[in-house]
Amino acid sequence: MTDLLLDMTDIWIEGRSERRWKPIINGVDLKLHRGEILGLIGESGAGKSTLGLAAMGYTKGGCRISRGSIRFDGQEMVGAPHNTLRKLRGARIAYVAQSAAAAFNPAYKLIDQYCEGPIKHGVMSRAEAQSDAVDLYRKIRLPNPDEIGFRYPHQVSGGQLQRAMTAMAMSCRPDLIIFDEPTTALDVTTQIEVLAAIRDIVREYNTAAIYITHDLAVVAQMADRIKVLLRGDEVEEAPARQMLSAPQEDYTKSLWAVREFRREAPLPQAEGTGPLVEIADITAAYGPVRVLHKIDLTIPRGSTVAIVGESGSGKSTLARVIMGLLPPSKGQIKFDGTPLPKSSRQRTPDLQRHVQMIHQMADTALNPKHRIRETLGRPLEFFLGLKGKAKEARIRELLTLIELDPDEFIDRLPSELSGGQKQRICIARALAAEPEFIICDEVTSALDQLVAEGILRLLDRLQREMNLTYMFITHDLATVRSIADTVVVMQNGAIVEQGTKDEIFSPPHKPYTELLLSSVPEMDPDWLTNLLQERSDILSPKDEP
Amino acid sequence: MHNLLNNLRDAPVSAWVGIAIVLAYAILAIGAPLFAPFAERASVGVQYHPWTAPHYLGTDALGRDVLSRLIYGARNTVGIALATTALAFFLGATFGLLAATLGGWFDAIAARVVDVLMAIPPLIFALLILTITGTSVLSLILVIAVLDSTRVFRLSRAVAQGILTMDYIEVARMRGEGLFWLIRKEVLPNAAAPMIAEFGLRFCFVFLFISALSFLGLGIQPPTADWGGMVRESAKLIGFANFATWQTATFGLAPLLPAGAIALLTIGVNLVVDWVLHMSSGLKE
Amino acid sequence: MNAILSIILKRLMVGLLTLFVVTIIIFGAIEMLPGDIATEVLGQAATEESLNAFREKYDLNRPLHVRYLAWLGGAVTGDFGISLANQRPISELIGQRAANTFFLAGYAAAIAVPIAVVSGMLAALYNGSVFDRMLSSSTLAAISFPEFFIAYILILIFSVALGWFPSLANVDVGDGLGERLYRTFLPAMTLTLIVLAYMMRMTRAAILNLLALPYIEMAHLKGMKRWRVIAVHALPNALAPIINVIALNLAYLIVGVVLVEVVFVYPGLGQILVDAVSNRDVTVVQAACLIFAATYILLNLLADILSIIANPRLLHPR
Repeated sequence: MTDLLLDMTDIWIEGRSERRWKPIINGVDLKLHRGEILGLIGESGAGKSTLGLAAMGYTKGGCRISRGSIRFDGQEMVGAPHNTLRKLRGARIAYVAQSAAAAFNPAYKLIDQYCEGPIKHGVMSRAEAQSDAVDLYRKIRLPNPDEIGFRYPHQVSGGQLQRAMTAMAMSCRPDLIIFDEPTTALDVTTQIEVLAAIRDIVREYNTAAIYITHDLAVVAQMADRIKVLLRGDEVEEAPARQMLSAPQEDYTKSLWAVREFRREAPLPQAEGTGPLVEIADITAAYGPVRVLHKIDLTIPRGSTVAIVGESGSGKSTLARVIMGLLPPSKGQIKFDGTPLPKSSRQRTPDLQRHVQMIHQMADTALNPKHRIRETLGRPLEFFLGLKGKAKEARIRELLTLIELDPDEFIDRLPSELSGGQKQRICIARALAAEPEFIICDEVTSALDQLVAEGILRLLDRLQREMNLTYMFITHDLATVRSIADTVVVMQNGAIVEQGTKDEIFSPPHKPYTELLLSSVPEMDPDWLTNLLQERSDILSPKDEP
Repeated sequence: MHNLLNNLRDAPVSAWVGIAIVLAYAILAIGAPLFAPFAERASVGVQYHPWTAPHYLGTDALGRDVLSRLIYGARNTVGIALATTALAFFLGATFGLLAATLGGWFDAIAARVVDVLMAIPPLIFALLILTITGTSVLSLILVIAVLDSTRVFRLSRAVAQGILTMDYIEVARMRGEGLFWLIRKEVLPNAAAPMIAEFGLRFCFVFLFISALSFLGLGIQPPTADWGGMVRESAKLIGFANFATWQTATFGLAPLLPAGAIALLTIGVNLVVDWVLHMSSGLKE
Repeated sequence: MNAILSIILKRLMVGLLTLFVVTIIIFGAIEMLPGDIATEVLGQAATEESLNAFREKYDLNRPLHVRYLAWLGGAVTGDFGISLANQRPISELIGQRAANTFFLAGYAAAIAVPIAVVSGMLAALYNGSVFDRMLSSSTLAAISFPEFFIAYILILIFSVALGWFPSLANVDVGDGLGERLYRTFLPAMTLTLIVLAYMMRMTRAAILNLLALPYIEMAHLKGMKRWRVIAVHALPNALAPIINVIALNLAYLIVGVVLVEVVFVYPGLGQILVDAVSNRDVTVVQAACLIFAATYILLNLLADILSIIANPRLLHPR
């Protein structure tokens, strides 16, 4: 590991917006030896993708490398002619994109896209490349390696595509591969297999890699060294194990600490009060497609129930059914003992008021043309009939409640807020109705970890202060651990298992729960190795068609 | 308003040119009697007077002052085009927004009807209908407005559908807001920018369309001064253009004057529209 | 393959249904005339007897749907009835003229389509270059200028001033192809100029949209040559939008031809349609409208079907 492969020194990258050049990367150094894997982590806007692409001598449209030197295997790439760079790309430095579905050309079969690189770079003949593709597909554990290459990208599932793209990156046996968030778009159970495949193949060919991600647990499995970025600056860099066990900088420590948050036990409820929400035998469908099947669920007052599941499990549909946006074909929902009409149109404003929902994407949940005053004022006026000074005072109270300064924020538009602030406004809007029950639909999954934690703490505090009941829909088990009292696991529109948090998280588990729980990456660098060891005895690779 | 002024300061030269052209036409159209040296319809001189005082752009076959007719033409042609566009917009946007917001059978039927109406080329459709209704100004406005409203319908429906997929609409619906409130408070403010741009484009289209009909003799009828009609009346003169002297050359240019007046206004409006579109797309970044 | 076949069949059905509804509209519109065709032709002063005789002669007394079916059946077999203005069979009046119109539109398309597609692609490749910017401004001019403005400028330059081409495109049945191409050069140029810039701009936009996609970036990052990225990775996916652009403009040419024919006094279908509208010769209007509308609908139908076929996702279903 003395052989220096990539040497980036004092890299400055700028992007053009509003007729000005704005800095994206500010003087970062990056060194990589042969066969080494560097984990590049940071929150959104840290510039990690930009830096990764720069390692190929490439910048996205509207960006430029304004200063610095990038030497790949001794050759300077900054300012090198297009043709020189072109011959390196694909042949000696390869790239794996975040969305494989978008990065494969829809017009060609997978194997033809695989062969293109080796043929055009003069590494192999077509026949050689084809048989090589099948070999690699087998090594990367794609099902039916002999024939999967002859499918078109849209005929293959996301997890398989991501593996096929890794194989394609490997086709010319490059010295370096850039992995740009390759598993971010995948469900946890699929992610495991892609991670394992990437790790094995990179090790087998002793390929160096830059692994870009925002997920600490993932990077812990993959990287030899970890570099932390924050808004285009390097925070620190260290060998992976050292970085995980003993981070030096405050920012890194705060990132590490996020996963520690645990809410306190809920307040004891007064005797004689029944459950707040009772869902009985709910079945629902979008047209002919059944999406929910016989859901039974009881939510006690003042508690938090977490609904967990992967995409397509029906967890968001359940929320829509409760809100009356999708009337169920069968079953009944009782709120505080009274049956709720199936459709929101049949519900009285008072019933509507008690049940509020907070969406995943605060960006689309706030009308971009409404100022905060209007966004928060409307439910006050609509549900509570507040007007004039009383309304204004209550808006300010709500803003204080969500820890935003009223004087500063009341006249802002959503475009003038950060992601976390927008989500806080959505919370305030739900609170404005003075509800008893709030459905939180993946409210933290679009946010950076630190910001997400702030939101979770805020929700927890509000619950205590106002005796709120939450239904927390999420795919992230870390969130469940921090905030839930009871947990409901869903798969394919049905409930697999439900119980208190302790019951669900401690064995014995139902098989699906087991798979789900064990697939969530942990910070332990040996986690993936151990898990694969365990599973190799029990499970064959699972992948949906 | 503050925003608008800011944007105006940053506007590129092309936008300023466009605004200047549109303003100039507006002033000419509104103050036509003040600016025109002669009457619109009366014969005020000899036939085919050359381009010298007092008829700086000559006279036509009936001895009417071309400059005055051009100025009155601004009022007639632009006025009728504007009224038509406004009506088309009112119809198209109302139905488009309603169809998108209501959905269901209303949307399905409205969309089908518009599909069929748009399957016939507008010029052909207009000719068919004008055969029956005759070519009065009123029928002209009604026919073109209805035909053009189909395009406004498509756009406003598409824009509204895009907005209606947003979660803030779902929030308002869950709250139990009424239809009118939804359209007025949630949809319209977000649809404004593309709709304003579309208004400009539709105006250009209608304006060219009416001019084309008038040129074919089926639009605004003489003796009302109208640019399309003026091209038609003077079309044959172009063959007599003779570049031997300046005076004989200008004689043949007669059809190009009103045609150029049409082209210039359309360019001006398009420049403004480009700027508005650029601004609204720029804000999204 | 079954999925794509059923999509195409469905589109075909919708297209034919639309065409059917349009024939009803064209036929029905005339029925909305105040009074009927007889009073329209013979005038308000006509006696009841002569009106009845007229109705008898043209079968106007039969019920509406019978007359519609008779008209439709005739139209399909090329018999459009008789002109009210001069009592001659319409097919005789418009046969040669329709051929002239398609000739002119085809002539213009043959010039415009290749130039537009090639230069549109070049403009996309050299996005932001001088050539690209020239293209944008010429588009502005093309969509802003009325057809007759372009026509008269061309006449002024090439006919009056330079004397290279005739300003009147009066072709005869006996003219050879060379003579025809020469005489109709100016109208064809006018049509070309009208659609060219627009078509280029749409081609350019279609390619530019595509070039921003991740798989194009991926092709660059695989170290492919620039021309290969365009020709092999972008072009097959751009086919559908480009086909649409071409068809849209062909459809526009078919209609835009009306004005150009009038300017150049070209003996085409548009000319006769305009005359018929002025004379309120309703049967001729019906026939001409039907031919224009049907061509327009069929061209759009063809474009849709071609772009369905060009879509790899539909061509290779799961």
